[in-house]
Amino acid sequence: MAVVSDGAGMLRTADGVPLKQALARATRVNKIKAFLLVAPLLVFILITFIVPILDMMTRSVSSPEVVDALPKTIAELVKWDGTDLPPEAAFAAMAAEMSDKKNKFYLGKAAARLNFQKSGFRSLFNKSQRKIKRVKQGPFKDAFAKIDKRWAQSATWNIIRNASGRYTDVHYLNAIDMNRDPAGEIAAQPKIKRIYVTLFERTIYVSFGVTILCLILAYPISYLLATLPLKTSNLLMILVLLPFWTSLLVRTTAWIVLLQANGVLNDLFVFFGIVNDENRIRMIYNMTGSLIAMTHILMPFMVLPLYSVMKTISPTYMRAARSLGANPFTAFVRVYMPQTVPGIGAGSILVFILAIGYYITPALVGGQSGQLISNLIEYHMKKSLNWGLAAALGGLLLIGILVLYWLYNRIVGIDKMKFG
Amino acid sequence: MSNLPPYAGPAERTWYYTYRLICAAIFVFLIAPIIVMVPLSFNAEPYFTFRPEMLALNPDAFSMRWYQDIIDNRQWLFSMKNSFIIGIAATLLATTLGTLAALGLSRPDMPYKGVIMGILISPMIVPLIITAAGLFFFYSRFGLSQTFVGIIMAHTALGTPFVVITVTATLSGFDTSLIRASAGLGASQTRTFFKVIMPLISPGVISGGLFAFVTSFDEVVVVLFLSGFEQRTIPRQMWAGIREQISPTILAVATILVCISIALLTVVELLRRRSERLRGISPG
Repeated sequence: MAVVSDGAGMLRTADGVPLKQALARATRVNKIKAFLLVAPLLVFILITFIVPILDMMTRSVSSPEVVDALPKTIAELVKWDGTDLPPEAAFAAMAAEMSDKKNKFYLGKAAARLNFQKSGFRSLFNKSQRKIKRVKQGPFKDAFAKIDKRWAQSATWNIIRNASGRYTDVHYLNAIDMNRDPAGEIAAQPKIKRIYVTLFERTIYVSFGVTILCLILAYPISYLLATLPLKTSNLLMILVLLPFWTSLLVRTTAWIVLLQANGVLNDLFVFFGIVNDENRIRMIYNMTGSLIAMTHILMPFMVLPLYSVMKTISPTYMRAARSLGANPFTAFVRVYMPQTVPGIGAGSILVFILAIGYYITPALVGGQSGQLISNLIEYHMKKSLNWGLAAALGGLLLIGILVLYWLYNRIVGIDKMKFG
Repeated sequence: MSNLPPYAGPAERTWYYTYRLICAAIFVFLIAPIIVMVPLSFNAEPYFTFRPEMLALNPDAFSMRWYQDIIDNRQWLFSMKNSFIIGIAATLLATTLGTLAALGLSRPDMPYKGVIMGILISPMIVPLIITAAGLFFFYSRFGLSQTFVGIIMAHTALGTPFVVITVTATLSGFDTSLIRASAGLGASQTRTFFKVIMPLISPGVISGGLFAFVTSFDEVVVVLFLSGFEQRTIPRQMWAGIREQISPTILAVATILVCISIALLTVVELLRRRSERLRGISPG
């Protein structure tokens, strides 16, 4: 690009375009080119990954079931003040909507939704649908009361009214062991139904425990790998990388083989007389099994960042510290360890993020006591079919992970991540 | 720590050997579980432990019956075929899309780099159970659940972060003046890409692709939610085996998978050294 000056102080290219403009255009073209290269993957990830997850998250707040099934009843209930019983018009609308054959599918969904709120609704709906059909004329208030006395209680109607919004916070409330009482106030669940907060706490404790165990085990060997001559350390590195490359299920199977009651370790213990044959140690299908297997599986994620940080620390610092009179311990703690903090941070956050969403290992070797939040999400997805609650639990987990991810990005930079 | 200095006192000497012993124990912890399975997969009896005959190396205690079992059982061969179909398709897609994106991300003019990188890496960060649940709802709506297409799409998404990260890392050491040199010598952009850029970044592309393959080959949670009987993969089959009735056939399959991992690890390691050599870093 030949540049000429037009005398008025403005730089122009040979064909007379102002230089500033020409450069801006060139940058813009480059920007578009760069973006076009990224676009296919970006679109692909958005469609096949981001949108589905956002879509699931909307399930955690949406509750169209009740208003879809009982629009007219809800319209009447909204006018009602919530005390005593709803007006006869609400009962009549309910009777009409329950008798409508075309409405059966939606009524089933509404009943299921209300059942998560208070058990018994499903059977109440089934029974009432069957019986109200035969009632040809009012007053429907008495007819409903005759079918089931719950219809004569304002609490029942309040639950329906509270569940009538298209959007709800009830799944999130359930996910933190809260609920709305019939008056619509937020209250803690009865003690026997409080499980999720405990489970979140357990998941955090386990992830924290696994992170600490990984750090304790990974630190010494990373240091060894970083200080040995390359030839030896490359060989030893294989011992870290092979588990890293081995299938998760294979490693989980391996731990079942080692740890089960008739497994290799217990046999060894019996052989050496540490325990007798009747009292074999239970090391698997409980929390211990989960902890051991998860630590083993996630350890390479701690070793690799630690190693790459330690590799860059020059040994001269340690020598300088020693020559200035520090004993080996002081030199290590005061001079070496502070320099490894970025590696410790990177490895710990990575292991913690991976551990907190772990599903496979706890499901296979965790038994009852080793189940984590992921396993409960699966349970609500596949067994209890309470998808709203599953989405809410997933949403809370996701928020926690995104915060950690953001932290990791701030501290380490996501593009600094390395494998192998 | 590599060598004990000559002036080391007895305390330091003791610590030196204790430390090495600790490290040895940790390495045993890492590798022993994988090693232990291998001889057990040749067990003649359906046990998961070493019997006295095996320890005495009695040839009658060993057999290939569990390997024979894999071949006789059509279910295992079938799932192996599925695993390879899904793995290879997902790898090709992920490698192509991921490499293109990495090329774009490495350009100095790339706008919104941080945000886009964050989105592209997210499949690696989001817990698999959330991914699986989300995809299950969304793909079902479009009739993509219980199809190969659905699983391949999901596995492609899960594999791309690895490709993006490894290729971006390779490109960070890439000398961009080579592109200008190539253009200056009259090569078209396509020619420059295939003759100059590709050979230099290929180690990164291949190891990224291998990571994507392993991710798909090893993935079970999404498959649990999305696959029907027709799409059963090896991990899905192993999952069923471990959950229902764990038989030594699983150990035989596991041993085969370990061999595959060793092969992949070797390839990646060789590529890493080649890449370092190309970039002028001595592998030592």
